[in-house]
Amino acid sequence: MSATDRARRTNFLLDVTLFVICILLLTPLILLIANGFKTPQEMLVWPPTLFPKDPTLENFHKVFTETPLLRWMLNSFLFAILSTVAIVATSALAGYIIGKFPFRTINIIFILFLATAIIPFEVYMIPLYFQVKALGLLNSVGGLLVGYLVMSFGIFLIRQNVIASIPDELLEAARIDGAGELWIFWYVVLPLLRGPLAALAVLAFFQAWTAFAWPIIVMTRKKSFTIEVGLANFQSAYTVDLSLLSAASAAVMVPSVLAFVLLRRNFVEGIAASGMKE
Amino acid sequence: MLRRKQFWFAIMAILPTFAIFGWVRLFPIIETLRLSMHEWNLLSKNKPFVGFQNFIELFGDNQFMDALTNTAVIAFGAMAVTIPMSMVLAAIIYHRTRSRFSGFYETAVFIPHVVSLVPAAMAWKWIFDAKLGPLNAIIMGLGGDALPWLFDPVLSVICIIFLVSWQTLGYGVLIYLVGFRNLPKSVFEAAQLDGANGFQSFLYMSVPLLKPITLYVSVVTLISGFNVYAQAYVLASDTQGAPGRQVRVLVLDMLENSFQNFRVGYAAAEAVILLSIVLLLTMIQFGLLRGKGGR
Repeated sequence: MSATDRARRTNFLLDVTLFVICILLLTPLILLIANGFKTPQEMLVWPPTLFPKDPTLENFHKVFTETPLLRWMLNSFLFAILSTVAIVATSALAGYIIGKFPFRTINIIFILFLATAIIPFEVYMIPLYFQVKALGLLNSVGGLLVGYLVMSFGIFLIRQNVIASIPDELLEAARIDGAGELWIFWYVVLPLLRGPLAALAVLAFFQAWTAFAWPIIVMTRKKSFTIEVGLANFQSAYTVDLSLLSAASAAVMVPSVLAFVLLRRNFVEGIAASGMKE
Repeated sequence: MLRRKQFWFAIMAILPTFAIFGWVRLFPIIETLRLSMHEWNLLSKNKPFVGFQNFIELFGDNQFMDALTNTAVIAFGAMAVTIPMSMVLAAIIYHRTRSRFSGFYETAVFIPHVVSLVPAAMAWKWIFDAKLGPLNAIIMGLGGDALPWLFDPVLSVICIIFLVSWQTLGYGVLIYLVGFRNLPKSVFEAAQLDGANGFQSFLYMSVPLLKPITLYVSVVTLISGFNVYAQAYVLASDTQGAPGRQVRVLVLDMLENSFQNFRVGYAAAEAVILLSIVLLLTMIQFGLLRGKGGR
């Protein structure tokens, strides 16, 4: 057997191994979706069936008509969109200023804020809750948003990209032509930052969509739940009906997985950048 | 003149962001530190200063110590599973970069990381279910005894470690993949010429060269492990839906003290301890990185 043959065989074996691992990793999610199609009776059968014997859409019908699942999804969606807009706007502006306007005061304050990024949200969410409460914003998307208006990493990411990809000469040329600072930011800088801003937007959206600890303390009324909180509390209300619960979970999960597969490049870019801080 | 104009633009543009930061980050962080030294039961107007009383009480509080232990076990357990697995997996995926399926591999490994916590935990909850779940079915099929996975304090912690590792694996693989792509190719070619096989060059070259990345992923995994909450909330809630009956974790204990026992100062003290752990871990990371650079 020649060396290339052996290499080919190793590669084939590695591919098989990877395939098995990937399928194993996805199995819990596949089973969850499958459970959504089972009848409540089939869920109680021992040994458990992996795939439904006679698939039914009844659970999905029930989830959308008898539970506030759509309402919760809408709450989450609104929250995630608004949070994304706020984070992209503040990061773009602040990242640009810090990257291209070397004033010492601004830089010192920036480092101070960047340092707070080390501190997990869970550490200060209780005082933040009382701030939101004082404003009368409990149980509103506005109150939820208070915790997700800025992202230190976002400012950092944009700053890095501004320094790396926007030449000073370009800005100077625009200034000599008489362009205002705001005009330059809008028509020169922003178009050049499209890539990193898209990555940041995807990251921000997923961060808000999957938030749990903050929504669970701010949104306490059933109507105002986000999808994560709604589902988590759903299980206490409908605990006996596992198939209904699975259908609800699957209905929430599938769109986000699809969105991820479509936006994978942006997503991976953002996460990979977060690891390259050092 | 021009510079002055730029200065004012910069100030006006950054002021809103700075104001928001001060309002939603700096202020509550300082409040946490302040409250941890005060007694506040939510209802009364006055919050008497108690110094370190809250902290002293915490260390005699069984529920808190229980939560701290569980959280630490989960964080370190998840790290111990995630690091070696994601490194090996990333090495294989990197080796098969040119494979037609490399996109599929990356996507499949990463999906558990992006799926929302609650639906993912639901999936695992059924798998671990003692009476209906496939895990016990497999164990019994192999002739073993069914185990009360989510009803036993020790086993539930293992289940949570499993769930957390499953979720962080994709993140680890992604960061390691970036690391592998940045490794100097020439060194590996030289090793190959000297007769090193793939396994040897992984063990003696990749592992040491990737040390900074390992350190980074370890600290990120540990910190997110110390903040574990949703996983315990869903997995370890009993059938009546009372969360955390089996596995008490730090964030849960903190929220309970604040919103059920109305002891906000006490909960803030817990938050300060969580903060100290995180800062300590970050400092260790920076210290080790610097030590490596000095050599």
